Amino acid sequence: MAQIVGGIATTHVPSIGNAIAKGLQHDPYWKPFFDGFPPAHKWLAKVKPDVVVVVYNDHGLNFFLDKMPTFSVGAAAEYRNEDEGWGLPVSKPYPGDAKFSWHLIESLVADEFDITVCQEMLVDHAFTIPLSLLWPGADVRPVRTVPVVVNTVQHPLPSIARCLKFGKAIGRAIESYEQDMKVLVVGTGGLSHQLDGTRAGFINKDFDMMCLDKIVNDPEALTRYSIPDLVEQAGSQGVELLNWIVMRGALTGRVSKLHSNYHIPISNTASAMLMLENEPVRVRQAA
Amino acid sequence: MKLDHDIPGTPIFDGDQAQKGYALNQMCFSFNKAENRAAFLKDEDAYCAKYRLNAQQREAVRARNVLKLIEAGGNVYYLAKLAGIFGLNVQDIGAQQTGMSVDDFKAKLAAAGR
Repeated sequence: MAQIVGGIATTHVPSIGNAIAKGLQHDPYWKPFFDGFPPAHKWLAKVKPDVVVVVYNDHGLNFFLDKMPTFSVGAAAEYRNEDEGWGLPVSKPYPGDAKFSWHLIESLVADEFDITVCQEMLVDHAFTIPLSLLWPGADVRPVRTVPVVVNTVQHPLPSIARCLKFGKAIGRAIESYEQDMKVLVVGTGGLSHQLDGTRAGFINKDFDMMCLDKIVNDPEALTRYSIPDLVEQAGSQGVELLNWIVMRGALTGRVSKLHSNYHIPISNTASAMLMLENEPVRVRQAA
Repeated sequence: MKLDHDIPGTPIFDGDQAQKGYALNQMCFSFNKAENRAAFLKDEDAYCAKYRLNAQQREAVRARNVLKLIEAGGNVYYLAKLAGIFGLNVQDIGAQQTGMSVDDFKAKLAAAGR
């Protein structure tokens, strides 16, 4: 049976891609951010996941406003990145796992999550940058991937409670897959930031700290925030926290924090990473 | 149920904005492709006309003014592709919207960490 080994959340700011391309990991501006990742490299080298489910939001590469699904799941053998319009290097394709994707899709729809199924899906920086951070090296593709896209662009957005339930359904779907394999769930974006309006540049360290704490052991506590509350507290693009919530929901076992990092600012954003281990309940019972 | 929009300085890209800004955002979406960015730079009037921008949107593009572009229905993720054509990043557009210099805007971001 498939096993969920853990979850990692990270900021996905586009300029991180340029910093990687230019080798700026040790530059004084970037170092406090990139320093969050060596513990993840070490842990991933030990755990060796086979598949990564990447929960993120598309920023206008794959989806336009003509059709904007609330939740969508990729079901392709391969996912391509393309030019997003502002000079980010285009990544080479990422392998998919279509059989596993279709299992997730079957399970999610049976579980009353009527997701959009995408046999073709371009993946943007919110998918590629976190994978580049976790497995550095332009041509490194050690895992198969399943993209899961949450609409954080066009309101109405799904609530935090709904995203947590969606994550739990993803967790149940992963654990019901018969093949023996290790699955990592990644949630990308955030934390607090706002790009638009006269409040542009808004960052809320206190709210971020509260989220980083609650998401580990008490994610249900975050469901008290409505979407307008979240926009107010985290900024209009800080709503990407929803991707973190889905990731956290998918961790169905006993969850413990392995590492976290928080640094202000990267670009206009309070950057953060959080690494969680998931000890499946059935393994614990067997121990 | 409509959202409470009353968060000062904070546009909410909802159904009203999505309808209002459709043409503008569609043009910006086209800028994912290098040949479209080149076509815009070659003949901005013709390119805006091709996407049927209304007068408000056309004027906001001409003014390179982010707040006006948002008022005309632009979504910041799509507008970022337009800004990219002019070599502007999110600190540049943040500075423009807040009426600050880029250095002051960056200092404000850094101050949020202290």
